[in-house]
Amino acid sequence: MTSAQFEIQLIAVVVAIACALPGVFLVLRRMAMMSDAISHSILLGIVLAFFLTRDLTSPFLVIAATLSGVLTVSLVELLNRTRLVREDTAIGLIFPVLFSIGVILISRYSGDIHLDTDSVLLGELAFAPFDRFIIFSRDFGPRALYLMGGIMFINIVLIIMFYKELKVATFDAGLAMALGFSPALIHYGLMSMVSITAVGAFDAVGSILVVALMIGPPASVYLLTDRLSLLLILSSLLGAAGSIMGYWVAHLLDASIAGSISSMIGLIFLAVYLFAPDRGLIAIARRRRRQRIEFALEMLLVHLFNHEGLPEAAIECHIANLPEHLYWELQFAQRVIRSGEKGNLLLNREEILFLTSTGRERAQKSILA
Amino acid sequence: MIELLQNLIMDYTLRTVAMGSGILGIVSGALGSFAVLRKQSLLGDAVSHAALPGIALAFLLTGSKASPVLVVGAALAGWLGTFLILSITRTTRIKNDSALGLILSVFFGFGLVLLTFIQRQPYANKAGLDKFLFGQAAALLESDVLTMLVLGSIVLLLVIIFWKEFKILSFDPDFTASLGFPVQLLDILITSLLVIAIVVGLQTVGVVLMSAMVVAPAAAARQWTDRLGAMVFLSSLFGALAGVGGAVISSMTPRLPTGPTIVLCISALVLFSILLAPNRGLLWRWAAEQRNRRKLQIEAVLSDLYILARQHQGTEHGHPIEVLRTMSIGHGGVDRSLKELKTRGWVEQKADGNWVLTACGMEQAIQISDRGETSA
Amino acid sequence: MKNSQTTFAIEVEDMTVAYREKPVLWDVDLLVPGGILQAIIGPNGAGKTTMIKAILGLVKPSAGRVLIYGKPYSQQRQLVAYVPQRGSVDWDFPTNVLDVVMMGRYGTLGWFRRPGKEDHQRAEEALAKVGMADFLKRQISQLSGGQQQRVFLARALVQDAMVYFMDEPFQGVDATTEKAIVSLLKELRAAGKTVLVVHHDLQTVTEYFDWVLLLNVRRIASGPVSEVFTEKNLRLAYGGKVAFLTHHTHQNAGAPTNV
Repeated sequence: MTSAQFEIQLIAVVVAIACALPGVFLVLRRMAMMSDAISHSILLGIVLAFFLTRDLTSPFLVIAATLSGVLTVSLVELLNRTRLVREDTAIGLIFPVLFSIGVILISRYSGDIHLDTDSVLLGELAFAPFDRFIIFSRDFGPRALYLMGGIMFINIVLIIMFYKELKVATFDAGLAMALGFSPALIHYGLMSMVSITAVGAFDAVGSILVVALMIGPPASVYLLTDRLSLLLILSSLLGAAGSIMGYWVAHLLDASIAGSISSMIGLIFLAVYLFAPDRGLIAIARRRRRQRIEFALEMLLVHLFNHEGLPEAAIECHIANLPEHLYWELQFAQRVIRSGEKGNLLLNREEILFLTSTGRERAQKSILA
Repeated sequence: MIELLQNLIMDYTLRTVAMGSGILGIVSGALGSFAVLRKQSLLGDAVSHAALPGIALAFLLTGSKASPVLVVGAALAGWLGTFLILSITRTTRIKNDSALGLILSVFFGFGLVLLTFIQRQPYANKAGLDKFLFGQAAALLESDVLTMLVLGSIVLLLVIIFWKEFKILSFDPDFTASLGFPVQLLDILITSLLVIAIVVGLQTVGVVLMSAMVVAPAAAARQWTDRLGAMVFLSSLFGALAGVGGAVISSMTPRLPTGPTIVLCISALVLFSILLAPNRGLLWRWAAEQRNRRKLQIEAVLSDLYILARQHQGTEHGHPIEVLRTMSIGHGGVDRSLKELKTRGWVEQKADGNWVLTACGMEQAIQISDRGETSA
Repeated sequence: MKNSQTTFAIEVEDMTVAYREKPVLWDVDLLVPGGILQAIIGPNGAGKTTMIKAILGLVKPSAGRVLIYGKPYSQQRQLVAYVPQRGSVDWDFPTNVLDVVMMGRYGTLGWFRRPGKEDHQRAEEALAKVGMADFLKRQISQLSGGQQQRVFLARALVQDAMVYFMDEPFQGVDATTEKAIVSLLKELRAAGKTVLVVHHDLQTVTEYFDWVLLLNVRRIASGPVSEVFTEKNLRLAYGGKVAFLTHHTHQNAGAPTNV
């Protein structure tokens, strides 16, 4: 592994962690699509600031871009407040405008410089190590690493400082109000955090990877745990893992690193979605199957209990009549009966079902429960 | 102007561009209306991004850049993305917005991997796939437009055939199901039509901004009408106007990408509608509020004079304007109100400059105070 | 039940619905004779709305059978009308009152056919019946809550059904609307129709309804109001939270209802 390769992976990991932290709150607060909106519209701020300073490394770019991120949030809110359109529509209206202006400005007026639309949208992590942080001709490493490292550090500090407030505001907005936390302040604070992170990251990884890193890992972890602290930590880890894996796949295919990391994030999500112990598709399907039988068995017991000893019992408790009465298919009914026999809850005497004493007890209990 | 029209008819590129983007606007405008009403405004964003890997894969597998091939690839990928979003939200605790963001970015990222992979392969005709990012109207061929026309017509025809069903499904799905309509099938149908509508426009507008063509025409049209039919029609019209306008401007101007230009055109229409559309428009609302405030101010002065008249038993006694101003603290506009009332003949100014109610004004004031009492 | 001679308007057997793990309705049986007004009452989360939705096939039951006038629901759909909760739709949808009411005709029309003159006529009549004749062309976002509810009722009326399912029609409506709904219910009963209403106001049960189903995941009781609307059953359904009502039910329990 060359030092450039190492640096690229290090940057990718730092970006992943910086993105995952605010991303957790976006996912929990149902504002995931704001990351899409913000990561697109910061382009306008960057372009405008660049035209003013003519310097791509100017810190003014970061400030202007962050401001345009916050501008997006306020415009969405403004439009939302007119009640002429719904909130999702407002998001879908605002960010394409800001982004379009940015793209047009770039293509019209900056044909000869490094700022081009593809790199904005797609990013090129492979170039990040070429942009060095040099003071007095001493090389301190890639500039992006410092920028993103700083943003990651700020995010961590802010989240630790306001952990309690963020937690309350996210899980119980009403309580947060009662405790005197301003929801607007938390909203804008979080959105500023998202903006700054997106601004720092977009140069290295492009706006789409920002969305993938902000939403993918938290969404995956959300299927594994409920605890906020775990959500934050695991999301960071998953994002970092996806970044390293993505890097090597891109290396292998000689393809876009950002795109490859996004794809890995997707694969990680897919794995969690399928195999998560409690909330994964497979676990759900298994549980459902088991519960369906258990549930049906309980119903059958109640059914038998209700008709026990009555004249119609011979009809009601005849296996052939179960499908019609309980709305089951015969095959399913047989599976339920087998499971009941195994549990020693019912007896099958010449196609007519009887309760055992345990079965009767169980039926009584489920009626009373 | 006439020259432009002439060009539109005679010039091959311009004609193709205008027709292509017109079709795009009509189709996405129509289906976008349903998407917005069904609270799926941002689904378009996800679908269009999700289409990218489909385009790249279609090219990788067939080596063809013919638009029917790429369109099929795009539609399949867009449809798969939609399906995944719906099944993630249905089977897990993950909310719609996260599912959208996830699928959008992952599919797009994968598309990017494929695109960069293709670019580094020694294919002969690999150039041109990246026009799907921001769209390139000038590159439209007549055969592309033909594909768009066929697909667009099918989509619109189906919307007309299923009009009644789509309408009731969008308004009240539960009631629709209770009538015996297969709601899930209808849902799949209308979503598939949206996917096709989006795919039709990708080459012109690009995957990044196509979502705006779903949301914006519908949002603009909604402000002008309260009928679904009119909304769909207007939305198509706005979409076509912006599409043709933006595409023509961009293809005549060097270094002006088509997608962003079209988006700015349609957004201008949205802004115009939100401000100026009758009844719903913000300026109309503002004007109505102003009128209302004036009315209340005038009534306040009238009832102040009435109160004074009752205190002094009769209308003969005049009251100085200063007294009225003091009574009107908080709503103001006393001078203007008195002037207005005077032209209506409800008050008059005595020789000493003081104000009194006329008989007619007295009547009005009593009415107003009665109204106030019953509503209180 | 199979060999019973009378045909009930609604016959529900063993209705069981589960969302994910939790059973929402457990083995509920319900027999509703024709021509009565029946309320479904129970605490929040008792499965009242689910009961109606399961009968109408809007949620998939884990088990259960529904007969409408003796035949499976899927064959009797045209006999059934449904009034969903008012809050279940977007009232800013671009359409007007007449249009919404006309939607009640869509089931009869079937696929592709558009509503015609006769449907228009019926919609107008239904609107007149609920006192909304002057609002034909009114945009639905400009209606008050009570007016919205009456529009929904009119939509059910044009379905020309025998059995009506109404989900919380009295929720948040003004006094005028409440009166209009009550007189409409009586009119429907007089015409031999059956109405099943999810209801939340215990104070008005005896006044408005003939029969009542007390529900709390399981069926607590069902039958004529005078027989089953008792303090004991209410306590079973609501737990200890009905103290404020006991006075009211005592008075009416067993007494002839004054509907």
